[in-house]
Amino acid sequence: MPTDILMPALSPTMEKGNLAKWLKKEGDTVKSGDIIAEIETDKATMEVEAADEGTLGKILVPEGTQDVAVNTPIAVILGDGEKAGDIKASAPKADKPVTEKVKEDAPSAEKAIAETRAPQKAETAVAPPPVQAANDPSIPEGTEMVQMTMREALRDAMAEEMRADKDVFVMGEEVAEYQGAYKVTQGLLQEFGDKRVIDTPITEHGFAGLGVGAALAGLKPIVEFMTWNFAMQAIDQIINSAAKTLYMSGGQMGCQIVFRGPNGAAARVAAQHSQDYSAWYSHIPGLRVVSPSNPADAKGLLKAAIRDKNPVVFLENEILYGQSGPVPKLDDFVLPIGKARIARAGKDVTIVSWSMGMRYALEAAETLAKEGIEAEVIDLRTLKPMDTETIIESVKKTGRVVTVEEGWAQSGVGAEIAARVMEQAFDYLDAPVARVSGKEVPMPYAANLEKLALPSAAEVVEAAKSVSYK
Amino acid sequence: MPAVSAASSSSKAASTRSDGAKSSSPRAAAPIADFSKDQDLSAYKSMLTIRRFEEKAGQLYGMGLIGGFCHLYIGQEAVVVGMQMALKDGDQVITGYRDHGHMLATGMEAKGVMAELTGRAQGYSKGKGGSMHMFSKEKGFFGGHGIVGAQVPLGTGLAFANRYRGNDNVSITYFGDGAANQGQVYESFNMAELWKLPVVYVIENNRYAMGTSVNRASAQTDFSKRGVSFNIPGEQVDGMDVRAVKAAGDKAVEWCRKGKGPFILEMLTYRYRGHSMSDPAKYRTREEVDKVRTTHDPIDMVRARIIEKKFATEDELKKIDAEVRDYVNDSAEFATHDPEPDVSELYTDIYR
Repeated sequence: MPTDILMPALSPTMEKGNLAKWLKKEGDTVKSGDIIAEIETDKATMEVEAADEGTLGKILVPEGTQDVAVNTPIAVILGDGEKAGDIKASAPKADKPVTEKVKEDAPSAEKAIAETRAPQKAETAVAPPPVQAANDPSIPEGTEMVQMTMREALRDAMAEEMRADKDVFVMGEEVAEYQGAYKVTQGLLQEFGDKRVIDTPITEHGFAGLGVGAALAGLKPIVEFMTWNFAMQAIDQIINSAAKTLYMSGGQMGCQIVFRGPNGAAARVAAQHSQDYSAWYSHIPGLRVVSPSNPADAKGLLKAAIRDKNPVVFLENEILYGQSGPVPKLDDFVLPIGKARIARAGKDVTIVSWSMGMRYALEAAETLAKEGIEAEVIDLRTLKPMDTETIIESVKKTGRVVTVEEGWAQSGVGAEIAARVMEQAFDYLDAPVARVSGKEVPMPYAANLEKLALPSAAEVVEAAKSVSYK
Repeated sequence: MPAVSAASSSSKAASTRSDGAKSSSPRAAAPIADFSKDQDLSAYKSMLTIRRFEEKAGQLYGMGLIGGFCHLYIGQEAVVVGMQMALKDGDQVITGYRDHGHMLATGMEAKGVMAELTGRAQGYSKGKGGSMHMFSKEKGFFGGHGIVGAQVPLGTGLAFANRYRGNDNVSITYFGDGAANQGQVYESFNMAELWKLPVVYVIENNRYAMGTSVNRASAQTDFSKRGVSFNIPGEQVDGMDVRAVKAAGDKAVEWCRKGKGPFILEMLTYRYRGHSMSDPAKYRTREEVDKVRTTHDPIDMVRARIIEKKFATEDELKKIDAEVRDYVNDSAEFATHDPEPDVSELYTDIYR
């Protein structure tokens, strides 16, 4: 059967073009890949290649024709043994309204799209699946509580998971022989050897990508960034390769990997070494983002992160590494990702924070209590998926919310919490949500300015009073 | 013809070059063995399948049935087909966005690939990935990556996993002359040699990084030398000759399997079409393209050899041509009638 050559679209936005020139004439033999014509758009001149073999039987649109609609038949190719007489008499006349012709008998394929799309009218009705996290496991009565630092709790979490699963390994700068730049990986090299505790060159982009590749192959890497500031060199691999591949592969290729390290301001290290990435990573579908504030949460959540089949961004804090706290002595203490913790119960105002922010929040709550304001303090622990339910339940009780974060306010986590509270508990609010955040400046080095740039317990107290109209 | 003359002159240069490397230096080009009848016929069919598939994809793109970006592999077929002939089950393949040829070469079904191009439910990624993002665990194909150069650390990570597990699988990590200028490529080279990872870096030098010729973009245009400062051996290969590719692939893969670390193969090749469907390719002359097509087309060369050696008659080859055309046409038919993904798929596969 003779084959139509259609006016091609050479970009997703092209609707019509000019047929500038025919390079073959009727009767010429053409084979796949031969350039047969040139077409022009406002953007460029492009070549039309034949995709079929045969003889150019008839040119339907002469050269020089303007505004030929995409998918208009422009010529007919005859196969072996076919003659020009085989071409349907109804072939369109050249300078007749070719645009309409397209609609009538062009591409059955276009119809195919229409057909397959038809039954899907209710496309806007799709809703995201609800997020549900389990509650914390109950700690059996009489369980011994061991005082340990955050640093030790994180180390123990990694060691336990590495003992349990040979596919888990840790890599990063100075994690092995140096025992960790912040000593979080202390002792791991001695126990697991250099095959599973791997010092990398200073090459964040490269080793983050290498870790993702190893995870695509089924291993379970823990990639330590000396700090999250340096991970900006690797952010393409974290987002484009780790977070998106499961979706882009239709669920076929997942990536079980933990990226971890200290996040946020340390002390007196200035702007390039003092940034909170909570908002950055919690923006990304496909990532889980965890940021604990105390040793027990750090241990239980890092174990969960290592076992989670998805890429997890685990944001620690250098200042908190040395902080001690009780950790239950259990064989396998794992906490659920996606579940906030009520760190202090109260009825007057809800303060929401995580990681280092909890220090300001809890200190403020103490002060407020002395002044007769009972604050409920929520430690989010996980930023993505966010436990909105716990926040909303608290707001229903208090009617007032203060968010506390070290990061900047614009497009921050506090902004997100405020939006959710407005959307889901507007009628319960007795005051606008207040945000306490880092000031919108690069972190200064000078001690006095640095202090001003960071949030403080005093600011939290002030914000809590302000939403309480006190 | 730029690609070919460069290939022959520089592979000579490669064999005489002294790079001061170890005595086991593999710099001498791999000897090119003749193909058996089966090998020639199989290479012919595989390359022709890719060519016809890409032509069909170009046609469907022209009809508006394929959206977005669509980067065709026409002209470069000998590279993936030759390399694949050097691999065994368990080896992994990963590449950038000009990836349809790689998928077909690893044995992925044309239907699934074409249906992904048209964004349909039975595409390899359920229609969620498109031209640049397809995967097949079963066939060892790890994508399909849209960020130029990002696949290089990923492919190095696949090799890391092989070494970690102590198997003898090799990661074949493809990238182009454009990606070869990305920093993460060298971060990967460094770790790969440092840890002796079994990865063959196949640099497909098709002479243009989008519209910029290698001479305008690269201070060192001999990409086989890009590993010199990491002590990674490299070789230039006539990427239009499937036998040369297979021979070089055999050698590089063996190097990796023996635990000697990574190997670089620079494939001197040529893409006939623009960078993507919307590239008019005005940065080179038509004569340049025509010259490669008429004198050094990878498929025509195998075809001529098959006839010359009487491995098959014209009629037998025509039969293969017809089979290939039917196979590709079936994929297009399937891909244009398969439904779009169900709307419920919007929120699936984000987490697992």
